Amino acid sequence: MVDIAGDDVLRQARQHSSTAAIGIPKPRVPLAYLLLLPSLIILAVFTYFPVLQVLWDSLHVRKTVRAVPTYGGVENYAAIFADKAFVNALANNAVYAFGTVVPSLILALGLAMALSRSTRVNTFLRSAFFLPVLIPLIAAASLFLFIFLPNVGLLDYYIGRHLTHTPNWLGDPDIALYSLIGLTIWKNAGYYMLFFLAGLQAVPPDAYEAAYLEGASPWQRLRYVTLPYLKPTIAFVGVIALLNVVTQVDHVFILTKGGPSDSTNLLLFYVYQQAVESYDLGKASAATIVSLAALFAITFTSLGTLERSFGGRGEP
Amino acid sequence: MSAIDRAVRAPLATRRELTPKIGFGLAVVAAQLWLVPFAWMIVASLRPERFGGAGMASLIPDFVPSIGSFVEAWESADFPRYYLNTAIIAGGILAVQLVTITLAGYAFARLEFPGKRILFYLFLLQLMLVPVVLIVPNLTTIARLGLYDTLAGVMAPYFASAFGTFLMRQAFLAIPRELEEAALIDGAPWWRRIWHVYMPLAAPAFVAFAIISVTAHWNEFLWPLMVINSPDNRPLTVGLAAFTRGSEGAQAWGVIAAGTLIVVAPLLIGFALFQKRFVNSFVASGIK
Repeated sequence: MVDIAGDDVLRQARQHSSTAAIGIPKPRVPLAYLLLLPSLIILAVFTYFPVLQVLWDSLHVRKTVRAVPTYGGVENYAAIFADKAFVNALANNAVYAFGTVVPSLILALGLAMALSRSTRVNTFLRSAFFLPVLIPLIAAASLFLFIFLPNVGLLDYYIGRHLTHTPNWLGDPDIALYSLIGLTIWKNAGYYMLFFLAGLQAVPPDAYEAAYLEGASPWQRLRYVTLPYLKPTIAFVGVIALLNVVTQVDHVFILTKGGPSDSTNLLLFYVYQQAVESYDLGKASAATIVSLAALFAITFTSLGTLERSFGGRGEP
Repeated sequence: MSAIDRAVRAPLATRRELTPKIGFGLAVVAAQLWLVPFAWMIVASLRPERFGGAGMASLIPDFVPSIGSFVEAWESADFPRYYLNTAIIAGGILAVQLVTITLAGYAFARLEFPGKRILFYLFLLQLMLVPVVLIVPNLTTIARLGLYDTLAGVMAPYFASAFGTFLMRQAFLAIPRELEEAALIDGAPWWRRIWHVYMPLAAPAFVAFAIISVTAHWNEFLWPLMVINSPDNRPLTVGLAAFTRGSEGAQAWGVIAAGTLIVVAPLLIGFALFQKRFVNSFVASGIK
């Protein structure tokens, strides 16, 4: 292999030294570091440093907003775990994660299998599922505000008023979180479908033929042919879906603001509340650390799964 | 990536079976269900009565269309300014990203240097530590930099993109080394080789990244909500949220539908025009 960068940098260095005043020769800055520098500065300021900052903030307390912070140990963590809203947010996030990820993945896989052939009709149908993916979550929430509206809203107009007991989709603490789950499934299923469509291309048609000749039922073909081939895709989509569960809370702002009685409060929304509404930097930071821990757990568990399902070909 | 578009014939095995037909039938029903919110948005925005009557939810356009809701939406929120702000944010982020990801992508694809592996993992970290989770410390940083309530403050955290860097690295790796060596023999310095050899050949990857980046930042809400204070600096999402809250109080559902349509229209039109590109880019966005 030719060391493309090496001689180039040498040439530049020579040009430099011919113009520079006599003295200490300039240290050779390898080109690679120079090229990475802009990205690294941004990453340092907005990704690495903030993690340390938020860790520091979570371990310090201020008596008032302007007061000098003093070391507080786990005080902030004790405070959030004593806060019913936070404990609720954690529990809600778990229900929300399970309630969105499992149905979304099953639906996305089902749709991908039903629409795997690229016919004109199928392409059109796929677009129907892809449209919600394109629009901002906040716009989706604006539409669903009316859909979930009691009495005159879309759901009640077409379904609710025919029921004996009309549910209050966003106002009932037992139902509101499931309404948000419904919105999220509608919004993201089409995105996950795309990955399954791509994944299905990797299943050799011969495998189906063989299974068919063996007399396998459709269910058996799904269980023993399709799913084994799709394992990496399923693991991968599962990670994306879980990350989305932690990082996307825009709809909460429009639809419920965490209520009623904190039944739809989610981790990141709690962080926002503490930081912006209560000016409690310590609690906001401690809650951020908990979110980060969740993200780490998701990523590392799944990286393990991915690596295993790729059979060690996990080199990035 | 065009794998999806490749026409795949149904395996012989399933052609005479019932299950695929049932599956297709269910998909058709689901697709109609999925389109209902969009259908309602269009019908309600054109409905002459703008407030929550009993028939507001009806999906049947049994009326003479009126643009009254659009006029009211347009007047009650400064959408042109929101559009402009969003365009500046999404465009500005993309412009800077194209520079940073090209340089970093080239370094990872073609250069050998001590610490390459560690730096690579440092970049990987950003895929997990998404800026949106770090809103609290990042807001402090933005304030310290004097960028609070500015569009630059909304953009700054996104100027580097690990995802973009990896995408570029993959694209550059696929370009034969011989092309660069030829340019090298002609005496082209590194920046000329990137500009004339790598960037033109990696154009499809740039387009894929551009679509993902612009869609993501066009749609972003929480971070701009934190950074922006004055109404004049609001992007579309933050503007729409304020607008929706205002109109919700007035029960002006037709106006909300119209406002939402104003916000999503460019994305839907873009998708209609470049459907394949959108779909392929979104698939690429997962393959980090």
